Amino acid sequence: MINASLTELRAALDAGQTSSVELANLFLDRIDRLDGTLNSFITVDRARALDAARAADARIATGSAGPLTGIPIAHKDVFCTQGVLTTCGSRMLSNFVSPYDAHVVELLGRAGAVMLGKTNMDEFAMGSSNENSHFGAVRNPWNTDRIPGGSSGGSAAAVAARLVPAATGTDTGGSVRQPAALTGVTGIKPTYGVVSRYGMIAYASSFDQAGVFAASAEDCALMLSAIAGFDPRDSTSLERPAEDYSLALQQSAAEPARPLAGLRIGLPEEFFGDGLAADVRAAVEAAIEEYRRLGATTVAVKLPNAKLAIPAYYVLAPAEASSNLSRFDGVRYGHRAAEYGDLDDMYRKSRAEGFGAEVKRRILVGTYVLSHGYYDAYYLQAQKLRRLIAEDFRAAFTQCDVIAGPTSPTTAWAIGAKTDDPVQMYLSDIYTIAVNLAGLPGLSHPAGFGDGGLPVGLQLIGNYFDESRLLGTAHRYQQATDWHLRRPAIAA
Amino acid sequence: MSRNDWEVVIGLEVHAQLNTASKIFSGASTAFGSEPNRQASAVDIALPGVLPVLNRGAVERAIRFGLAIDAQVAPKSVFARKNYFYPDLPKGYQISQFELPVVSGGTITIRVGEGDKAYEKTVNLTRAHLEEDAGKSLHEDFHGMSGIDLNRAGTPLLEIVSEPDMRSSAEAVAYARALHALVRWIEICDGNMQEGSFRCDANVSVRRPGGPLGTRREIKNLNSFRFLQQAIDFEVQWQIERLEDGGTIQQATVLFDPDTGETRVMRTKEDAHDYRYFPDPDLMPLVIVPEWIDRVREQLPELPAAMKARFIDDYGLSAYDATTLTASREVATYYQAAVDAAGQAQAKTCANWVMGDLAARLNKAELDVTASPVSPTQLAGLVTRIADNTISNAIGKKVFDALWNGEGDSADDIIEAQGLKQVTDSGAIEAMIDEVLAANQKSVDEFRAGKEKAFNALVGQVMKASRGKANPAQVNEILRRKLGG
Repeated sequence: MINASLTELRAALDAGQTSSVELANLFLDRIDRLDGTLNSFITVDRARALDAARAADARIATGSAGPLTGIPIAHKDVFCTQGVLTTCGSRMLSNFVSPYDAHVVELLGRAGAVMLGKTNMDEFAMGSSNENSHFGAVRNPWNTDRIPGGSSGGSAAAVAARLVPAATGTDTGGSVRQPAALTGVTGIKPTYGVVSRYGMIAYASSFDQAGVFAASAEDCALMLSAIAGFDPRDSTSLERPAEDYSLALQQSAAEPARPLAGLRIGLPEEFFGDGLAADVRAAVEAAIEEYRRLGATTVAVKLPNAKLAIPAYYVLAPAEASSNLSRFDGVRYGHRAAEYGDLDDMYRKSRAEGFGAEVKRRILVGTYVLSHGYYDAYYLQAQKLRRLIAEDFRAAFTQCDVIAGPTSPTTAWAIGAKTDDPVQMYLSDIYTIAVNLAGLPGLSHPAGFGDGGLPVGLQLIGNYFDESRLLGTAHRYQQATDWHLRRPAIAA
Repeated sequence: MSRNDWEVVIGLEVHAQLNTASKIFSGASTAFGSEPNRQASAVDIALPGVLPVLNRGAVERAIRFGLAIDAQVAPKSVFARKNYFYPDLPKGYQISQFELPVVSGGTITIRVGEGDKAYEKTVNLTRAHLEEDAGKSLHEDFHGMSGIDLNRAGTPLLEIVSEPDMRSSAEAVAYARALHALVRWIEICDGNMQEGSFRCDANVSVRRPGGPLGTRREIKNLNSFRFLQQAIDFEVQWQIERLEDGGTIQQATVLFDPDTGETRVMRTKEDAHDYRYFPDPDLMPLVIVPEWIDRVREQLPELPAAMKARFIDDYGLSAYDATTLTASREVATYYQAAVDAAGQAQAKTCANWVMGDLAARLNKAELDVTASPVSPTQLAGLVTRIADNTISNAIGKKVFDALWNGEGDSADDIIEAQGLKQVTDSGAIEAMIDEVLAANQKSVDEFRAGKEKAFNALVGQVMKASRGKANPAQVNEILRRKLGG
């Protein structure tokens, strides 16, 4: 049962072969047994989970279950959960219990999904390795000396180790896709505005977008369908009719042997240049060959400004973060220094104690680039680059339907290997960040293994609102391959 | 050198609280005076993860204002974050507008001074932008600590910025009063200055006439017209004295202390904040389509400037009368209703009554015109009876008092019930005059000896005998005929 897909779990629940309470206990026991090593959860709430599971069982008994009713899930600790600790991976919020549910939490709760707990993450979603958590680093289930990627490293590791069949995450610069790649699971970040940000603790508002992790594209489609849709509480939420992303997966192909016939896959030369590790290149090229075998054609495309994505991102995201994180001042909630003199001293001490090094670094950078006299040179220039990058993608999508490439330039690295070199750390997001700058949807799926048996992810980038195409494309690939079914030894 | 060698330059920034039922970015109520923090929603207290949603009612009020001052309403404006730390600013930034405000330009015409020295002046506005108010820090009753009340946090404000066009505290006050009347006139702000619904900041500098602008100091948070005047007068005096003593003015923000009548420095330019404005990524640009503006325009009432022009052109009122009657929407509405009932020919008489007896009585009773015991229709009825000689002007005042005291439903009722109808029967008047002449031989003699004053005494006696009801014109005429004989 621990390796079952969501569809299989649904069938088993509906057939009475298992119950939601049984499933919750099964996965909670795995968390108890394995998470001491992995550290993928910050909070596990067994009592609450079992209450929700009992309610789900009652609903299943009445025959009114939805696709996710009774399915255990976990939320990244960036989502506010009413009555449950919501830390955002930070000491600043280590005592914060939200009085309300995030939109995503509310929707999955309404769908009957059973939240087992809140997953570990880089503090305030700032990081690419999950080493920036106040609650300690998360370990990669494939090799526990390695990082799982970040910032949604807890969710990715938990799904990879089958501590939970599916989990939510957020992706500001690659924080769903990169950990999905590094832990060998499937993860999707939809078009900016498809999922409401209400109740999702903001890092960089114009980039932040919720996404999901699961073993397969098929499972991701079920999860994404549950959380996507317009929410009037988020002014950047897009007013579009709700979409069922599973539908596209169920359509039968005209040419069963070549189910992707007609699909044009763009291969940006910039994503296959220097800096791409040989083992990752080999796995990604093999996966692309598989796509060709499935009927897709490939075309070389150019994203000439993609190399500017990281500098642009590391101006704009910190700028927004420096302002977004101002509310954490120790006045109304969160960490307040035990002793302080005047008001300024309280601010200084509370924030100095409450925030970790990477968060402080980004607040400082963001404050600097917004300062009088620097705004034009940094912030406005970076906004221009952002438009150029979006324009690159627009041009590329005139030649292709999806863009493919590696999700991450390397496989998972050793814990501690990059912690002293923030720039090296930032460069690990070189293929994912441009997608956030443009607000496009992106997906990462397992595409084999590199050196040391570490997972490699392939990134598919779609045009705006092309989530169904991304999921459908990955699904065809997963029907023909079994990389997504491989499990780390720890999950056995 | 004397004070007269300096020119005063004043610009005002006014924060008008918009009278929406809910806040500008949350659904919490904006009602004043509830228990602290009872009207602060998750958005207002800036819980982690919450997001702002713009209240269209606030935008609509900004459009109304833009149209009322004949300004440009921006088809696209942008909300920006103004970043600074303060305990009553829950997010650590205020959502405001910076580079692209919703309203740009526009003018307000003011009338300054009284009598012969009165003059009109047009003040140019720079811009008006939407923003949210902060909460309040309460420094008393907390045993050396401060309390925070976030009920006001997120209340919609329209910050209205004038050009530095004013040259005296009198002009500044006239502008502030005109603006105050206008925002109430178009019903976007209740104008309650005690409750902080209309707050003025004054930027004040002095210079040699024709010279470059002096360094300004900004007087913050003036919540009455009197304080505005006192604060500017003090500030001007202070700046001039300092300059004449060979000193310089440092750019600064100052506070006015009503107890001492002085301003004192709150912060100087050196410790001014760098607000790090940038577009708020949580809010889309505010797009206002022409159709929206048209809809708002259709709903606008007649504006004071147009009404004033009409009163002058159509009713023949003086500029002074027209200005006075359009100083507030309530008075103008009252006056208009009276004229509508009495007829345009009585417009001037109605104006005299509204600005004279009615205003005096209201003032004495400390009543607003909307609470006047005498309705516009009742006043029109009274004016009509004076015009058609049913009663004299003097009896009119009696009838007005009776209406005020609720002695009857209409002027006609009172005239009838109290027998105040003017006597125009010349036979009856002649009889009364004969009696008066017989009883006042001394006055008759004096008149005949050339004392014109004696004539007035005789008229008075006749009026007295008629208990004021005799038609004064007829009395004059008949009396003169009899005496002149």
